[in-house]
Amino acid sequence: MASSLQQPRLRDPDALRRAGWALLALLALWPLLLIAEFRPAELFDARNLAVMGGFLGQFFPPNLSGDFLAFVLKATMETLAMATAGTALAMLLAVPLGLVLTHSLSVSRIGPAPDRGAGEALRALARMTLLLLRGIPELVWALLLVRAFGLGPAAGVLAIALTYGGMLGKVYAEILESGDTRPARALLESGSGRLMAFFYGLLPGAGQELASYTIYRWECAVRASVIMGFVGAGGLGQLMDQSMKMLNGGEVSTILIVFLLLVLLADALSVFLRKLLA
Amino acid sequence: MSFELDRVGLVHANGQAQGQRALRAVSIAAARGERLAIIGPSGAGKTSLLRILASSIRPTEGRVSVLGSHPWQLGGSELRRLRSRIGFIHQAPPIPPRQRAITAVIAGRLGQWPWWKSALSLIYPADIAGPRDQLARLDLADRLFDRCDRLSGGQLQRVGVARVLYQRPDLLLADEPVSAMDPALADLTVSQLHAEAQSRGVTLVASLHAVDIALRWFPRVIGLRAGEVVFDLPPEKVSESVLRELYASETGVLPSQDNQPFNPPVGAHPADDAPAGGARKPVAPPRVI
Amino acid sequence: MSGVTFAERRAAMGFCLHCWTTLLLLAFLVWASFAYLSLDLSRLFSAESGRGMLQFVLRFFPPDTSAEFLRKIAKGTLETLAISAIGTLLAAGAGLLLALPAAGRLGSVLKAVTRFLLNALRSVPELVWAALMVLAAGLGPFAGTLALALHTAGVLGRLFAESLENTPPEPARSLAESGAAPALAFLYGTLPAITPQLIAYSLYRWEMNIRMATVLGFVGAGGLGQMLYYELSLLHEAQASSVIIAMLALVVLVDAASAWVRRRQMRPGG
Repeated sequence: MASSLQQPRLRDPDALRRAGWALLALLALWPLLLIAEFRPAELFDARNLAVMGGFLGQFFPPNLSGDFLAFVLKATMETLAMATAGTALAMLLAVPLGLVLTHSLSVSRIGPAPDRGAGEALRALARMTLLLLRGIPELVWALLLVRAFGLGPAAGVLAIALTYGGMLGKVYAEILESGDTRPARALLESGSGRLMAFFYGLLPGAGQELASYTIYRWECAVRASVIMGFVGAGGLGQLMDQSMKMLNGGEVSTILIVFLLLVLLADALSVFLRKLLA
Repeated sequence: MSFELDRVGLVHANGQAQGQRALRAVSIAAARGERLAIIGPSGAGKTSLLRILASSIRPTEGRVSVLGSHPWQLGGSELRRLRSRIGFIHQAPPIPPRQRAITAVIAGRLGQWPWWKSALSLIYPADIAGPRDQLARLDLADRLFDRCDRLSGGQLQRVGVARVLYQRPDLLLADEPVSAMDPALADLTVSQLHAEAQSRGVTLVASLHAVDIALRWFPRVIGLRAGEVVFDLPPEKVSESVLRELYASETGVLPSQDNQPFNPPVGAHPADDAPAGGARKPVAPPRVI
Repeated sequence: MSGVTFAERRAAMGFCLHCWTTLLLLAFLVWASFAYLSLDLSRLFSAESGRGMLQFVLRFFPPDTSAEFLRKIAKGTLETLAISAIGTLLAAGAGLLLALPAAGRLGSVLKAVTRFLLNALRSVPELVWAALMVLAAGLGPFAGTLALALHTAGVLGRLFAESLENTPPEPARSLAESGAAPALAFLYGTLPAITPQLIAYSLYRWEMNIRMATVLGFVGAGGLGQMLYYELSLLHEAQASSVIIAMLALVVLVDAASAWVRRRQMRPGG
């Protein structure tokens, strides 16, 4: 019987498999390209080129007139205020939810007491709430809140408060569970209330990490505040949206530069504060 | 009746030892003001027994009655009140490293104080003299405001003891409270626990690794082995053969506080009073704390 | 039991001076933010605005579940997925091309220039890119694809460059020393080593881009976002809530899928 040892295989065993995958990828790619209306030729359409070219042409020089810069400064302050107020409200939401959610403060886990079910149900409710707040993108919240509260930074502040409240709450609960939970547990076992067990048992160890993550979220909130302006929530974003709609390239480039500087500043501040904590 | 365990058994429910049996048909009762020592080899179930007494773990079999209540039939707030009357000294004190000693000791009364007093004490302790005096009893008053991560193992253990002393519980439970201390400090600590129990007439139960301390300080010694009570005797009846049977699987050397081989006294040895001139001098020089 | 000395009282203070000043400063900044925005929180949370909010929220229920609208939602979801997929694919390609000079393989001048370019691409948020692309390519998913491609190219380009820098150069170098052209030495020597990392980064960004793609439509860049914006402007709350539910479901599914994939990868032999 002619064995494969005597007749060396001259075909690459992988060839068929690779060809198969490549074909599959192409077959999947084609409809995707169609659905995404991928038409690079449109970029070079005469009308679009004219609009874009004109717009880009105005980028240099950026609009540095005193009046406009005053507007930009005001918008920047508004953005910073939105981010700070939003993060503060988010903490207000996240701290109670996070404390309810975290296992390390669960009394019912220290031996089943008669009212164990209530604790578990409350924790499940907190988890659902946080999931809902986080799952809906902040921009969607902003859009809805603008419809409810009108244009302006109030909608942006609340949108950040809700979304970031969800994110902070989940991370706070995780940080509290990941550290050393024995001090809190020992306090609960000696009859301490849950809140005091948190302050005396968990906070001394986890405080630094909690603060560090909150500062990081504040930095993200600065960027998010700008983006929310595009749906009418005030700040630099709203200014940029207006300038773009008027095809004023000079103003847009000024705002872009200011935005980049702001993000850089927030990043540097955040890194500095977090190093200070360590 | 301070506590009563009736055929209590425990099978570990989770963690590394899941499914293993920790205690089997343990029946012990103690009246108010009694002082008991629990000795036995490692893994005998001493910690599990103490935690059942503390109402921290629920036994899988049997009935528990502590300070006149059945803990697992109480509602949430009643159970909390019961737990605040029980003091538990952990072998490794569960204290956050960055916390100061005074705050760690004050935490002993969290179960008793109103919430505003506890909250205020985070910023400025509502009681400075009290924790200071408890630490002074354990020769640690000069470390009152130091952070706990600056303390040695033996000092940290004493802070844990001070916390429970400050709590003034009706039932004092100690899980190897002096394991990190040299013989002199261990003696001081156990004598303070002893004094506390006597002066306030409360029950003291201590699990000890060192047999010499158990026999010297406690009028009732319980031997635990593989989750079962092997004996429940006054110290004069605890003879060498009884001890060797208890520690049979260990290296043949009976453990003592100064890590020297323990030789149980042949004759009677009263343990009701603090040892007078007959205190055992440590054979090895005391470890510097 | 003696009394407490003054020295003890002073030492007992739980917070040092600069802790207090930091806390006060932070509290002031938060208060100042609210004041600057003239946010009257009491008015915001009043009974009247609460009622208004409740009425507003109630208009969203029940969501529109008619077959015709569900078809539109399915189309929107596919569009969103397509935007994210093509956008990430383009970004991976562009990122790899830009990563070569950014890692210093083509000289230090090019390295500085490309790094600057990648930073610029990254720093502009996707939504801003989307608004710009709508100007360049008109409304619709193409603008969204381009926006994701541009932003993600900056992100992936930098990640790829870091991978390139951290990979050992010996395989490519030995090939080059035995006569292979630099491009081939790269393809045979370096690329196979970093391909798993490149794919991992790209998949991770794809997951994040799906979330992004759902909202790019707010500036007209297609997908579920454009649908939501459209329905809300026409005050069709019932339809809007269907779109929001679809968005939520998409995000949850993607989360679950990626968690499942990660769990399979971590299993030994997986």
